[in-house]
Amino acid sequence: MKLKSLIAGLLAGATLGIIAAQAADLAIVSGDTGNGLAFLRSQLDRFEADTGNKVTIVPMPSSTTDQFGQYKLWLAAGNADIDVYQTDVIWAPQLADQFVDLAAAAKDVVADHFPSIVESQTVNGKLVALPAFTDAPALYYRKDLLEKYGKSVPKTWPELAATAKEIQDAERAAGKADIQGFVFQGNAYEGLTCDALEWVKSYGGGQIIEADGSISINNPQAVAALEQAKSWIGTISPEGVLSYQEEESRGVWQLGNAVFMRNWPYAYQLGNGDDSAVKGLFDVAPLPAGEGEGARSAATLGGWNIAVSKYSKNQDEAVKLALFLASKDVQKERALKQSNLPTIVSLYDDADIAANQPIIPRWKDVFLNAVPRPSAPAKVKYNEVSSLFWSAVHDTLSGNGTAAENLEVLEAKLTELKGDAW
Amino acid sequence: MASEAVASAPSGVGSKKIESELMKSRVAAAMWFLLPMLAALAIVAGWPLLRTIYFSFTDTSLQNLYGGKFVGFKNYFGWTTLKSGRTLFSGLLVDPSWWNAVWNTVRFAVVSVALETVAGLIVALVLNAEFRGRGIVRAAILIPWAIPTIVSAKMWAWMLNDQFGMINDILLNLGLISTKIAWAASADTAMTAVLIVDVWKTTPFMALLILAGLQMVPRDVYEAARIDGVHPIKVFFKVTLPLIRPALMVAVIFRLLDAMRIFDLIYVLTPNSSATKTMSVISRENLFDFDKFAYGSAQSTLLFLIIAVMTALYIWIGKVRFDGGDR
Repeated sequence: MKLKSLIAGLLAGATLGIIAAQAADLAIVSGDTGNGLAFLRSQLDRFEADTGNKVTIVPMPSSTTDQFGQYKLWLAAGNADIDVYQTDVIWAPQLADQFVDLAAAAKDVVADHFPSIVESQTVNGKLVALPAFTDAPALYYRKDLLEKYGKSVPKTWPELAATAKEIQDAERAAGKADIQGFVFQGNAYEGLTCDALEWVKSYGGGQIIEADGSISINNPQAVAALEQAKSWIGTISPEGVLSYQEEESRGVWQLGNAVFMRNWPYAYQLGNGDDSAVKGLFDVAPLPAGEGEGARSAATLGGWNIAVSKYSKNQDEAVKLALFLASKDVQKERALKQSNLPTIVSLYDDADIAANQPIIPRWKDVFLNAVPRPSAPAKVKYNEVSSLFWSAVHDTLSGNGTAAENLEVLEAKLTELKGDAW
Repeated sequence: MASEAVASAPSGVGSKKIESELMKSRVAAAMWFLLPMLAALAIVAGWPLLRTIYFSFTDTSLQNLYGGKFVGFKNYFGWTTLKSGRTLFSGLLVDPSWWNAVWNTVRFAVVSVALETVAGLIVALVLNAEFRGRGIVRAAILIPWAIPTIVSAKMWAWMLNDQFGMINDILLNLGLISTKIAWAASADTAMTAVLIVDVWKTTPFMALLILAGLQMVPRDVYEAARIDGVHPIKVFFKVTLPLIRPALMVAVIFRLLDAMRIFDLIYVLTPNSSATKTMSVISRENLFDFDKFAYGSAQSTLLFLIIAVMTALYIWIGKVRFDGGDR
């Protein structure tokens, strides 16, 4: 009797095991912010219902720098626990060897995406990751406050500084002691590289390292850009901005305590949520331009992609998941629910998106003029380039040396890092 | 008599022999008991340490852990002479960011351990006195030490936050400051913020170790001092302090070792700036964030050497004994 039940139990266990082997258990990492994780879960539930696979989300810190360090470690150790990675647009050249080539699996859909994004994820002919959404920041401004003080949306950074100062001082005098003029991402991490690259580019100061690999950062326009940013600290921006990442600046903004904010599109949807103090009170515009020769509005190209680990034990199912998350269907949901920018060109003309997220069609132009970070020319040394750059900027902003001094040292360090070639 | 001597002599020799044999077998048994621990230490501490030291002499990268080539001391010190005749030095020993991190670490370790020792001593003296509810207070004071560092660092990061933080709010309402201070963000106050949190967190540990020392002090010494009418402050410096010195020295060295390799608190609490980067933070950055695994290994090796030398110096100068005796 006992033996029989034991055998029955073993058989049942074995059958379960076979079923589980057919329907894979997948794990995906995500460092999404806001309610991004809940959205991802809702999409994964659809995938689970369609395919019978089970997908677990492994949440990660939202700082892309922190994520990268962890992923690199896992991948170097050949970790098979994570099947699918959400990768930043800049990582492809550094992690190309560790991911599966998706070119064959995605050959039917790849033409739907913006060619420049697909290009950024292609390393030596290998499609390292599929684009899930793209990102380009904008200037968030308080419609109500600009109207109250009869101001227009600033077109240049000095204009922004003047407007922000005036409104901030007047609002503080009127009893709103916590109001700040402008918040952005000033912590010493990848986000500061994005913010500062926009300042430098908008002043016509190049993009740190040009596409041909030459180091261009030490120039008078770049110095002017950083000096301008330095002048904000303690006047229109709180000193604490030097430790802000995206979520900290959104926190100040969404409590109604900032006139202007530089942030990615995800903050649009959240800012219009029911718990937001600025619901319906704000709008977005392209980031201001600098002054002087070559000045223009510049937005750093961001965006996230889906890659499959080559150490995954269920590569076929994992590739299916990657294709699903990059599909037109999910990208449309993402645009509607998360205000993330699609990478599929045709979605910018989609009627539902135009009706529910009117900012997205408007973003097409911002995005088409976006500046890439120098991850392609700097290759595996990009992270160190970025770290040297953000350190120089962070030092400048916190008053540790002038912009001219810090950029001169930066140029020397980059030259040494470059050696004979990147 | 002779027979007695003869009879007693072999028995004496025999008992000695038995004793040494007993000793031998005891030592052998002890070795067997120690073996698992030694093996575990060799696997989890010895082998990684040797491997890190080995990596520091190669050009290993994280992508290719087994393909590194031996490059000698290049990661530590090297030079190239340019065509113009100018010599460029490279390597860890001439890297200003490394020495900045060393300075940050040493400064942090010395200041934090000094503050924690004084605070811990005061807390221990209080807890050593007899009062109602002493057991509960002793348990309660350990709470900061029991909270994981990441959690307490995040908690303090919110309390010290410039916009939403309650510490700024309290100070502002009390009129002690006129504008909100960005404690963790500003380069001037970041190290202070780290020190505040670290002292808050590790004072209980210090207090506990010192309290254990205080309980060993015999009561009659105090009675004698009281009968002689010695002033309490003099009693503390002439009686209590010398008697708890061994426990104090051991507690300080534990904390010093801990403080020299501080990582998590600084990593979570402050922006990644040169004002607070310590040796552990900078070597992790090179090991994993940058494509400089070998260079990071060299930093880890030097970190190990610096701590080893400091510990040796401390034990030698302080004449520390770990068996609880004094000198």
